[in-house]
Amino acid sequence: MWNYSEKVMEHFLKPRNVGELEGANAVGETGSLNCGDALKLYLKVNENERIIDATFMTFGCASAVASSSALTEIIKGMTLDDAAKVTNDDIADYLGGLPKEKMHCSVMGQAALKKAIADFRGIQILEKPGEMVCECFDVTDLEIIDAVKKNGLENTEDVTNYLKAGGGCGKCLDRIEEIVHKTRAAMETSSTAD
Amino acid sequence: MIYTDNNATTRVADEVIQEMLPYLGQFYGNPSSMYSFADLVNKKVGQARAQVADLINADPGDIIFTACGTESDNAAINAAMNAFPRKKHIITTTVEHPAIRSLCLHLQEKKGYKVTFVPVDNKGRLDLDTLYRAMSDDTAVVSVMWANNETGVIFPIAEIAEKAKEKGIWFHTDAVQATGKIPIDVRAAGVDMLSLSGHKIHAPKGIGVLYVKNGIKFSPFLIGGHQEKGRRGGTENTASIIALGKACELAKAHLPLMATEVREVRDYLETRLLEAIPATSVNGDRENRLPNTLSIGFDAVEGESILMLMNQAGICASSGSACTSGSLDPSHVLMAMQVPFKSAHGTIRFSLSHYNTKAEMDTIVQTLVPAIDRLRQMSPFWKDGKVV
Repeated sequence: MWNYSEKVMEHFLKPRNVGELEGANAVGETGSLNCGDALKLYLKVNENERIIDATFMTFGCASAVASSSALTEIIKGMTLDDAAKVTNDDIADYLGGLPKEKMHCSVMGQAALKKAIADFRGIQILEKPGEMVCECFDVTDLEIIDAVKKNGLENTEDVTNYLKAGGGCGKCLDRIEEIVHKTRAAMETSSTAD
Repeated sequence: MIYTDNNATTRVADEVIQEMLPYLGQFYGNPSSMYSFADLVNKKVGQARAQVADLINADPGDIIFTACGTESDNAAINAAMNAFPRKKHIITTTVEHPAIRSLCLHLQEKKGYKVTFVPVDNKGRLDLDTLYRAMSDDTAVVSVMWANNETGVIFPIAEIAEKAKEKGIWFHTDAVQATGKIPIDVRAAGVDMLSLSGHKIHAPKGIGVLYVKNGIKFSPFLIGGHQEKGRRGGTENTASIIALGKACELAKAHLPLMATEVREVRDYLETRLLEAIPATSVNGDRENRLPNTLSIGFDAVEGESILMLMNQAGICASSGSACTSGSLDPSHVLMAMQVPFKSAHGTIRFSLSHYNTKAEMDTIVQTLVPAIDRLRQMSPFWKDGKVV
């Protein structure tokens, strides 16, 4: 059984801000029925670009529900600029930590938020830059490199835990291993150079 | 607590504990030793061997005690590889337990074996044509589970064994889930090797059996002392062997209960859930299924969340989605059956024993109705009473 924090269980059993939001003027969606979790985030943003209300609909495990609930609590009252700085770690920290196999739930929160902000600002998120690595979960090499650098990921298992990449058919695991290896090698070279 | 996860493990029966306790405590002799104090243990182990053999209609001499079902499965495949070193093909199914599936994947990736994984249809029934066509002179062994652990679907073992025999290929079956739930007769079925596990039939964990038909050129997987007539090294796990013997005796006595009362309680749960919760479906062939197993999918919700809400009410079951086990895909069994993602992720497996009651099933229904409703209210894929 997962070792969920009390806060995760509390937000799962009594999630805040559930449901569609009437009058929402920004929506961000991520995940799908196929991949086992999905989040639809609704925001009501005022003329000063401040989030005056946020709600969610989530399909997924307990930590996905808790992460969504936490996200709405964190961003309510924030300006969009501040909200744009919220990271998956902020969501995990708010919940008193997540099991590392469940970190992708917090990543999903961050991704939905990014999409909602882009939606409000009328920015179309174009096709993701970089080369597609994991087709099951739509993850590119640049995203993997970024996650390895920011979160200090050490192996393919870590990448799967954070991004889900490699957790489906597994065909891309060798490619992920190569990216992790190269990225970490580059990080070590640059840190010795410093 | 309501325990409906008996395909995962079972409560050790009180009678079984009573039977084994003296052999954990006062009668600690090594059955191989040359004095009466040890021989009484040896005799008791022999009695257990006969009890196990009786459950599956085997000769006691063909029973090898192992540490678990996984060891039995590995030993069976290993013996076939040793007996036919030049044959580099194995036939199994897409829905085997990891004890066979992971081993076969390993042999394929690392040891140069070619493995045919026979597919199933959307009710979990084997594609027998593919299985029979795959049999060749290069096939070392065919290994097909007697019944599937997730859906309970039962495979036509006697028919497959016969086809294998015609071609002179060894046939092994993993009967870990079938044992104690439906009658098993190794002679009638004509199997060469069969695995079973103690903790699925109310014996403790850490004891298994490999049946090897007399005349099969068996080579040991654990090489060591002369125990088990040289077929499995290692001092016997005497207390657990004695426990397994008792458990097999009880399992045989309870078989009629399985076919009647347990099946009735399972069917009751199935009917009530299908009636009470919309967009719900049963996975697997309902006609040809273990009497204790129900794999049921609830559209648009996720299994782990359901398990957590059931846990709040003290109900123990398993999910077919794999969020619980750390991987992210739904189970390989449901995927092999091409169960749609919308219900595969929300699949729960209930597996009963004769200890379960209808009243418990009522509690499960009363818990699940609001739980599923709550999760659907939250789900972006559920609107106005249906999947979107």
